[in-house]
Amino acid sequence: MKYFPHTQEDIEQMLQVAGLKSMDDLYGEIPAQLLFNREFDLPEAMSEVEIRKFIEALGKKNSRLACFAGAGVEDHYSPSIINPIISRGEFLTAYTPYQPEISQGTLQYIFEYQSMICELTGMDVTNASMYDGCTATAEAMMMAVAAAKKRNKVLMSATVNPKVKKVVETYAQYNGAVIEIIAEKDGVTDLADLEAKLAGDDVAGVILAQPNFYGIIEDYAGVAEMCHAKKALMIMNANPSALAVLKTPAEWGADIACGDGQTLGIPMNYGGPYVGYLACTNALVRKLPGRIVGATTDVDGKRAFVLTLQAREQHIRREKANSNICSNQSLMALYVTIYMSLMGYKGLKEVNKLSYAGAHYLAEQLVATGKCSMAFDKPFLNEFALKTTVCPKTIQAALLDNGILGGVRIADDTLLICVTEQRTKEEMDLFIETVKNL
Amino acid sequence: MIRNYDKLIFELSKEGRVGYSLPKKQVEGGCMCCGIPENLRRESAPLLPEVTEFDVVRHYTNLSNKNFGVDTGFYPLGSCTMKYNPRINEEMAAHPAFTQLHPSMPTECAQGALEVYYNLAASLAEVSGLAEFTLNPYAGAHGELTGLMIMRQYHIQRGDLKRTKVIVPDSAHGTNPASAAVCGLQIVEVKSTANGTVDVEDLKPLLDDTIAGIMMTNPNTLGIFETEIPEISRLVHECGGLLYYDGANLNAVLGKCRPGDMGFDIMHINLHKTFSTPHGGGGPGDGPVGVRAGLEHLLPNPQVKKDENGRFYLQCDEKSAGYVSNFLGNFGIIMRAYTYILTLGRENVKMVGPLAVLNANYVKESLKGEYYLPIEGVCKHEFVFDGLADKSTGVTTLDIAKRLLDYGYHAPTIYFPLLFHQSIMIEPTETESKETLDEFIAVMKKVAQEAIENPEIVKSAPHSTPVRRLDETTAARFPKTTYKQLKG
Repeated sequence: MKYFPHTQEDIEQMLQVAGLKSMDDLYGEIPAQLLFNREFDLPEAMSEVEIRKFIEALGKKNSRLACFAGAGVEDHYSPSIINPIISRGEFLTAYTPYQPEISQGTLQYIFEYQSMICELTGMDVTNASMYDGCTATAEAMMMAVAAAKKRNKVLMSATVNPKVKKVVETYAQYNGAVIEIIAEKDGVTDLADLEAKLAGDDVAGVILAQPNFYGIIEDYAGVAEMCHAKKALMIMNANPSALAVLKTPAEWGADIACGDGQTLGIPMNYGGPYVGYLACTNALVRKLPGRIVGATTDVDGKRAFVLTLQAREQHIRREKANSNICSNQSLMALYVTIYMSLMGYKGLKEVNKLSYAGAHYLAEQLVATGKCSMAFDKPFLNEFALKTTVCPKTIQAALLDNGILGGVRIADDTLLICVTEQRTKEEMDLFIETVKNL
Repeated sequence: MIRNYDKLIFELSKEGRVGYSLPKKQVEGGCMCCGIPENLRRESAPLLPEVTEFDVVRHYTNLSNKNFGVDTGFYPLGSCTMKYNPRINEEMAAHPAFTQLHPSMPTECAQGALEVYYNLAASLAEVSGLAEFTLNPYAGAHGELTGLMIMRQYHIQRGDLKRTKVIVPDSAHGTNPASAAVCGLQIVEVKSTANGTVDVEDLKPLLDDTIAGIMMTNPNTLGIFETEIPEISRLVHECGGLLYYDGANLNAVLGKCRPGDMGFDIMHINLHKTFSTPHGGGGPGDGPVGVRAGLEHLLPNPQVKKDENGRFYLQCDEKSAGYVSNFLGNFGIIMRAYTYILTLGRENVKMVGPLAVLNANYVKESLKGEYYLPIEGVCKHEFVFDGLADKSTGVTTLDIAKRLLDYGYHAPTIYFPLLFHQSIMIEPTETESKETLDEFIAVMKKVAQEAIENPEIVKSAPHSTPVRRLDETTAARFPKTTYKQLKG
C-alpha cells in the first residue's frame, strides 16, 4: 500500500522498542467484544488507473449545462492560476497557523483577505473567513443577540435567500433566539412592517439582503437610523462581487456585513467548498467569532503576522464563547484573495457590467416573447424573477433538452434567472428561442 | 533571498496594470452605469491591488515558501492527524464533470455526484458501525454542533423537555463545551481519573433526568482508550441520555473497532483528519455526522436517498434537526475522501489505526527517558509528555516547540490537554516511516540535551525561520487587521 511506509522488518523492530510482541498487543486493553472481526463491506483497493476510469464514468452521469441558475451560487469565471497556487503543498497541506514563525504564508494571505473584504464591504474589521454565507449569517445573528445581552429577537426580511433563512432559523431554534420574518412588498422589504416590528424595543438585530433573493437592489435609505433608534443592529447579507458597484453595507450604515464569497470566482462545486465572510464595525470586534490575523513585528523588528484577539475564541472561553467555530475556510479565503488581486476594482466592475448587460438583454427578450413578464418593476443587477404564462417546469424541461439550466423555480409561476460574464449571446439566444417556440 | 520576501500584494500595485482577461460585451445596450440609480451605487472606490497575473503568481509562490505543510516535513501536531494528503484526491475533486454542477440542478442531471455522496456516506457508516450519515456539515466543530442538535431534537420529539444538560469530560477540547453552549445545552463536567479516563464513580451521581447525553472521544485527548466505555454506555442509556462520539481521534481505531459497537448513538468524523483530505491552512474540511438506527430522520436536510431503481434523490424530512449548510456540505472534500477510501480498499482500511498506533508507541517509548511521560502504558494514536524529564533547566514546552522549528519540524500540539502544565502532544500518523521517526527522535533528544548544556539557544529559538518570535501582546493591544490600518 503506497501510503504505508512500514516494511515487515520495521514493524518487528518498532514493536520491540515499544515492548510489544504483536500488532494485536497495540489494542490489548480493549474489551474483546469491541474489536471488529469481520471484513469491511467496502470495495477492494483500486489503482490510480482504475480510480480515474471509475470517477470518469460517474462524471458521465452528470450533465454539463449552460448555467442560468443563481439563487446565491453563480457561475463566474475562475482564473487559471488560482488552482495551481492553492494546490502548492505549502498552502494546501498546512494546518491552522499555530506556529506563526513557519506559517507566515497563511497568516499574510489571511491579512490580505481581511483587507480586501473590508474594502469591498466598507466595514472596519473582518475575521479569517467562515464556512459559507448561510452559517456566516447565522453567526451574525448570534453576534447581535450576544451584543444586545438581554434581547433574543432577531428580524429577518422575507427577501433573504431561503437557504440562508433556513440555516439562521435552525441555529436560532437551538441557540434560544427568536426569528421573526419582516414582510415583503413588491419584491422588497416592507419598511412599514420593519418599523412596526421594531416598536416593541425588544429586537437585537435585523437581517437584510443585498441584492435580495429576487435579484433586486433594495433601497435601504433610513433603515440604519430606524434600527439604531431602537438599539437593534443592522445586519446585511451582501453579495461581495456586487459590492464593487453597489452601495456598501457600511455606506448603508450596517453594523455587520456577511455573505458568501462564492461569487468571487469559486467554482460551483455542487454546493461547496465556498467561503463565508463576516465583517463588522470596530465596536463589535470583541463579539466577532473565529480567527483574526493582525500585524506585528518579531524580536528583530521584522514585519510579521499573527493570530490575534484570541481571548474571544472557543479554545479559551469554552462554553462562554459566542461561537464554536475553530478554524476557518482558509484555502478558499486564499482562493478569493487571489481572485480579488487579479481582478482588482476594475475587473470586478467589468464582471458586473457584463453580467448586468447579459441579464438585462435576456430579461427584455424573454418579456418580448409574450410568454413572460417581469415579476417586479425594480432595479436589478444580474438576476431577475420572471413570471411565466407557461408552467416554469415545462420551460425548464425544454431548456434542459437544449443543454441549458434554466434558472431556479421559486414559485408555481416564477423563475429566478441569473446571468454571469460566462454566458454567451448564443446561449442567451438559444434560451430565448426555446421559450419562444413553446 | 526567498526568506527575505516581505511584500504585501497591495505594495506591488501600480495604477493601470491588470491581471485578468474577460470576454467582450456580448449584447447591445444594458449599460450598468446608467441603469442602476445613483442612490444605490457604491460611493467610494475600494482599495484593491492593480497587478499583473505574473505578479500574483510570484507573490503567492513566495508566500508559500514561508509556510510549512505536511508536504514540507514531519508535522506531529497532536489531535490533528496530519497524515499525507494524496494528490489523486485533488485530481478527482477537480474533475470538471463535478466542479461545474450548480446545487439547484435537477437531481437527474447530478446522479454521479449524488452517487459519490451516497457511497461515501455508506462507507463511513460501515467503518464506524452507525446506521446512516449526513455529509452536510462543513467541519469538525460544525459536525459536533449538528450532532448536538440531533441529540436535543431527539429528546424534544419524545416530549422530554427537561433534558438540557450535556456531560463533558474535564479533559475535553474547548470546542465540545462551546458547541454545547451554542446548541443551548448547559455543560456538566465529569472528572478524569489519574490516567485521564472518565471517572465512572464521578459520572454516576451526575446522571439524572435532566441529562441529554455525554460527549466523549475514544481514545481520549491523552491517547488513552476508555476501556470502561461499555459500562458508561449502559449507565448513560439507562438514565435516558445519548452518547456522542467526537471523531477527532478516530484514526486511532480505524479498522480495529467502531464507535457504533462501543455504544455511541451519534458521532462526527473529520474527513480532513482520518480520511486524508488536506487541512488547507485551516479549512475547508468536512464534518460528516452519523447516527444509529432509529435516529436517521433527525439528520439535517437535504438528505440523499436511493430509490428501488438505484436512482438518487433529495429528501427534506420535516422531523429533521434542521438545515446547517448551503446544500450538501463541501462536495469537493467529499470527493477527496471518497477517492481515499477507493484507494485504500477494504484490505487496507483496517491497517490505518494499527500502524498509526504503532508509530505513536514507538516514538513514546524512544523518548520517555528525556521527556516526562505522566501516563505509562500502551497509548493509541497519540500521547502526551509533560515537558522535559529534567525540570531544572528552566526550558519550557514553548521553547522546545520553537527549537523544533529550527530543525525543520512542525511543533507538536502544546499546552493541551490542560491536565498537565507543560503538555507536549505528539501524533505521528501511519504515513510516516521509521526513518522519519528516528530522525525526529534524535532531534528531540538533542533538544533535551541542549536544554541542559546550552539552554539559551533553546529559549531564544527559533533562529532560522523566516521570522522569529513575535510580539503577540502589541498585536492584541493595538490590533492592525487590515492594510489600511497598517498604513495608519
